[in-house]
Amino acid sequence: MLRFILTRLSLVIPTFFGMTLLAFFLIRLVPGDPIETMAGERGIDPARHARLVQEYGFDQPVLVQYGVYIGRVLKGDLGKSIITQAPVVSEFGALFPATIELALCAIVFALLLGIPAGIVAAVKRNSVFDHGVMATSLTGYSMPIFWWGLLLILLFSVQLGWTPVSGRLSVQYYIEPKTGFLLVDSLLSDEKGAFLSALKHLVLPAIVLGTNPLAVIARMTRSAMLEVLGEDYIRTARAKGLPPLRVVGVHALRNALIPVITVIGLQVGVLFTGAILTETIFSWPGVGKWLIEAINRRDYPVLQGGMLLLGVVVMSVNLLVDVAYGLINPRIRQGGH
Amino acid sequence: MSAVLPPAAPLPAAPPGPLREFWIAFSANKGAVMGLAVVTFLLLLALFAPWVAPHAPDVTNSAAFLRPPAWQEGGSAQYLLGTDAIGRDILSRLIFGSRLSLSIGIAVVLIAVAIGIALGLVAGFARGLTEIAIMRFMDILLTLPSLLLAIVIVAILGPGLVNAMLAVAVVVLPHYVRITRAAVIAETSRDYVTAARVSGAGTLRLMFSEVLPNCAAPLIVQASLGVSTAILDAAALGFLGLGAQPPSPEWGTMLADAREFVLRAWWVVTFPGLMILVAVLAFNLLGDGLRDALDPKLKR
Repeated sequence: MLRFILTRLSLVIPTFFGMTLLAFFLIRLVPGDPIETMAGERGIDPARHARLVQEYGFDQPVLVQYGVYIGRVLKGDLGKSIITQAPVVSEFGALFPATIELALCAIVFALLLGIPAGIVAAVKRNSVFDHGVMATSLTGYSMPIFWWGLLLILLFSVQLGWTPVSGRLSVQYYIEPKTGFLLVDSLLSDEKGAFLSALKHLVLPAIVLGTNPLAVIARMTRSAMLEVLGEDYIRTARAKGLPPLRVVGVHALRNALIPVITVIGLQVGVLFTGAILTETIFSWPGVGKWLIEAINRRDYPVLQGGMLLLGVVVMSVNLLVDVAYGLINPRIRQGGH
Repeated sequence: MSAVLPPAAPLPAAPPGPLREFWIAFSANKGAVMGLAVVTFLLLLALFAPWVAPHAPDVTNSAAFLRPPAWQEGGSAQYLLGTDAIGRDILSRLIFGSRLSLSIGIAVVLIAVAIGIALGLVAGFARGLTEIAIMRFMDILLTLPSLLLAIVIVAILGPGLVNAMLAVAVVVLPHYVRITRAAVIAETSRDYVTAARVSGAGTLRLMFSEVLPNCAAPLIVQASLGVSTAILDAAALGFLGLGAQPPSPEWGTMLADAREFVLRAWWVVTFPGLMILVAVLAFNLLGDGLRDALDPKLKR
């Protein structure tokens, strides 16, 4: 097992360095002088320009610059935001819980709806319900979520007035961040009604962000269940006279869930992509919105650091899923890759 | 046991040709046929946009700001789907927008397929360090959230239609490289390739006229599904203000313009998104159908 984990880890390290290379060189493709870009429209006097060139090491050969960059990255220094002058890592750290909270709720929504829908569709194969699930899932998969979000706002916030249009919490509440997850923090605080407010703010963004994963999970559960339901041991279980609910819910589901879990792991990247759009629509103060704002302000260190940090998060989650998968399934462990 | 066997069914005169066989398999799938119909309709719409559209896409009418659709109170038959904030006909903009979205989708896939095939062939034939370098790089591109990578690329190159297309092409590239490489590796161990090699075919000939035609099926499937991804991603970039720039009638860009009117003019928000959904859905249905028809192994 240790060998398996080490093999996986050794595959991750070159990917990490590749990502730093990509982050380093992509930013260098920005046309124009980097110092002048940082200075923006105000301009900069030549003495300060020369000092900054030296400070940032732009007068060194590219490889040396990359070496310096890697050294800083490994020490956890991803540079400072041009606009706020705050370290990129701490800005990311402050906003990331909001994105995680949103993403977790989205995936829970997708699981709660997607797995039962997939199971029932598989058990009642070719029924109206099955066709309905498949059609809905294809639509959900094809959905431009930025539009879906606007439609939900139109219906639930504008027409019905059930949910707020944007943000994480109504302005009358102030919650001291402890965990960074507002749902938890508001429960821990004394503010009455704050939890409900946080929940109301969260519902629509979570549905929007969960739509794509929901479609994928429902489809995957259905096809995995169909495969498992055709196996001999299911026939044996049925023949033994076990109640159908037990056969489907215990014997079949347990085995069908393995591919579904893998798919959930792969959804992490999809969730971050969706979070960028969802956070923009709902003014959700997470890393997605932060990155889009960084682009509009031409804040390149934030862009570079944010990309690397999100990449590392996705990479780590993929690694964890891989390892967890190896723990559950010995065949993977022994079969190498 | 001595029952008379039923008379054997008459043998068909000739087996159906490959095209006919493909069509029989493809047309059995109703969704796929529907997808094909919608895609054809959109293509015709794009082709004949100047003749079909009732107005020019960028003509403003200062007397008709935010006019609702024809069937609503205050709407008129002159503007079937209403007008936007500066009095442009939404229907006409959507029709002209189909030109943009379809060409984006197709161009992105063509770029990605061309580069993807080249890199995949090199990786599959060269093996060794070259292969590792190419495939590792593709892994890195795949690890980064797709839209994030596209956004960073556009942010660096500058917003605009062409740069958005390039960015999306880079993002979807790994799929084509992986598929080509896997197919190449599977095919090169076959006897016909060995035979061609023994009879003196050079690497280039092996690549392009022996192996590549046999890798076509998965690539075609991925390409048709890829058009939908490309349309969706390019629209997302347009929505974020990084794709096609106003006043271009690209659907995602139209949505971005319409966002501030979501509270008082539902139609400016609803119709562009609906077009994106319909186009993406149609290409997905078409792609699923092609996959089932071309590659029975993948059928679920």
